[in-house]
Amino acid sequence: MSDKLTIANLVPDDTAVISGFTTGGAHLRRFHEMGLMKGTELKVIRYAPLGDPIEISVRGSLLSIRGDEASLIEVTRSGPAK
Amino acid sequence: MESKTTKKLRVFALVGNPNCGKTTIFNALTGLRQKVGNYPGVTVERKEGIAIDQHGESVKVIDLPGAYSLEPQSPDEAILRDVLKGRRKDTPVPDAVICVIDASNVERHLYLGSQILELGLPTILVLNMTDVAESRKIRLDAEKLAENLGIPVIAMQANSRVGLPQLRVAMSQKDIPISSHKFSGDETLEDLVEEADANAAPVTRQGDEDWEERLITARYGAIQELIDDSVDRTDPYAETGTDKIDKYLLHPVMGPVFLTAILTLLFYSIFTWAGIPMDFIDGSFGALAEWIKGIMPEGDLRDLITDGIIAGLGGVVIFLPQILILFFFIGIMEDTGYLTRVAFLMDRVMAKVGLNGRAFIPILSSYACAVPAIMGTRTIENPKDRLITIMVAPFASCSARLPVYIMLVAILIPGVAGLTKAGILLALYLLGTIFIFVFAWIFNRVLRKGERTPMIMELPCYKLPSLKTVFLHMFTRSWIFLRRAGTIILGISIILWAAYTYPKSDGDASLQQANSIAGKIGKAIEPVIEPLGYERRIGVAVLASFAAREVFVGAMSVAFNVEETEDEDETFQLTKDKLANATRDDGSPLFTPLVCLSLLVFYVFALQCASTVAITKRETNSWKWAAFQFGYMTVLAYVSALIVYQGGKLLGYV
Repeated sequence: MSDKLTIANLVPDDTAVISGFTTGGAHLRRFHEMGLMKGTELKVIRYAPLGDPIEISVRGSLLSIRGDEASLIEVTRSGPAK
Repeated sequence: MESKTTKKLRVFALVGNPNCGKTTIFNALTGLRQKVGNYPGVTVERKEGIAIDQHGESVKVIDLPGAYSLEPQSPDEAILRDVLKGRRKDTPVPDAVICVIDASNVERHLYLGSQILELGLPTILVLNMTDVAESRKIRLDAEKLAENLGIPVIAMQANSRVGLPQLRVAMSQKDIPISSHKFSGDETLEDLVEEADANAAPVTRQGDEDWEERLITARYGAIQELIDDSVDRTDPYAETGTDKIDKYLLHPVMGPVFLTAILTLLFYSIFTWAGIPMDFIDGSFGALAEWIKGIMPEGDLRDLITDGIIAGLGGVVIFLPQILILFFFIGIMEDTGYLTRVAFLMDRVMAKVGLNGRAFIPILSSYACAVPAIMGTRTIENPKDRLITIMVAPFASCSARLPVYIMLVAILIPGVAGLTKAGILLALYLLGTIFIFVFAWIFNRVLRKGERTPMIMELPCYKLPSLKTVFLHMFTRSWIFLRRAGTIILGISIILWAAYTYPKSDGDASLQQANSIAGKIGKAIEPVIEPLGYERRIGVAVLASFAAREVFVGAMSVAFNVEETEDEDETFQLTKDKLANATRDDGSPLFTPLVCLSLLVFYVFALQCASTVAITKRETNSWKWAAFQFGYMTVLAYVSALIVYQGGKLLGYV
């Protein structure tokens, strides 16, 4: 477990910029294909009522991503700071 | 419909991301002139239709499966690329591509779009749902985009048919241009595909692990440039209509409440409203059989027509009301964008056993009837998820099992111990549910080899449903069912009818049943079913139930020589009483509590439904999976019933 901040650590209304990935292969490619690249900004919209998955806004689209996959995407928070 | 000329029709391939409105455009172009089948060897559905272009000429349109990228991760995803590259012998090489992009998700959808453009095929770009984009404050300049890409770009609102004539005009052009816009730097996707194919393996670059990321970054960079030039997007996070609706529909409390309400309405319609046409169908086919009995001389041909063919046809048509209602709801939910929200809400539950949220509606529908439910798995994009869902769905106690449960529980506990009875019924439903999850978990381990692709899905913007799309969906599904599954069901029911009719004997129905082929098989398998606590007569009725569980009560009433009555409730009562008092040859009671429990467990697990076998064959495009499903469920039923009976005996019960 890395102590770096990932999408899974963010809360709704947080915006963040992707700084790296802790996965490769097919996972990484699918992330990329869905528009999640290093340097991409995203915003966390909400968590599903049962706590998973997470809804994020990326490149003007709304995406649903599971918590364990979100934890593979490292980010730097860009606002609002909590 | 089609002109008789042998002139080859021009072929258009319709491609796009999931939820881009591709199917609505396909329906708008082709109407009822559609043909749905399967690509051989995979579970992907193959849809093509005939459209009329602006010159009144017929053209062929192939609706290809939705995808996020051209790089396939599975044989099913490879279909898209293979068809576009003209590599499938079963599908004509497309002359041109219609690439559909959801204008409200333009940046992300252009990713696939850019890959398509680089294939070097004549392409028309459709910007669909421009109204939704407008409401998100995204304004697209189609002319500018067309200028930059060098191909026709059509702004469209497919649900209200806005832009359809323009698309037809574009399709009528004899020379649709090829875009020469470059999205990737020095290496194009084309080169990589060639390289991957040459090595029969995904491309790897020794010592340069980031090449793929660089490539995709370059692609998104080029898309960004393109968009900056022709798209006016103020604030990417500005609150939109969709956001406002989601505040309620995905709210931690209101979201689940709304979902429950929708599902209650769905089940209410299936159980209540579907009952009316179902009774009507049942009655009509019964009346038709009676009428023929009246006008035809007695004999084998008459019996074949009335008891074989008409009864079999009735058994097929009876499914239509439930299929139509389920697909009405699924169609509305899918077309409005709500279905992906259901998947979002329920994903956590399904993820526990390796499925995703999209499996929720089909599995839930399976408690009404597995046949429409299995057809409903079409909404699950991932083929493996879809296959697993189909394999486990029939464990849900469908409505046909209920009469069986009620009768056996009534024999098990005579009298009116209402609460205990309800408890046992609940336990039976629970048992089936547990095994849905157990086997989903097992199949998830066994069938999914290697790395899993992440479960990322797009939540599309809400839009008003197109009733035309919904109704076409309902009717094409029903037609497929009638043609593909219906013929198999009819065949099986005629074979079963013959097995119970021949050879003929003179005695009463009970004797006839005992002496028929089926009766003889029932006798032959006696050693096999004896360890479960059954004897010959039960065996025959259980065998008969493999056609459909609905026949259980009827088959039992014949096997135990119950007086014939016209009234169904009366038959049920008489049969129940007869069974409760039935004895073995040595005079001991036959339906002991242990035998009842053993039978109940058997009926929870066994796949006793020819229609399910037929629909699984059609939906998985293989007899292998249909046979496997039938086999493993029946083995499970046998072993479980064996454990219950023998275990019970060991514990000293009788």
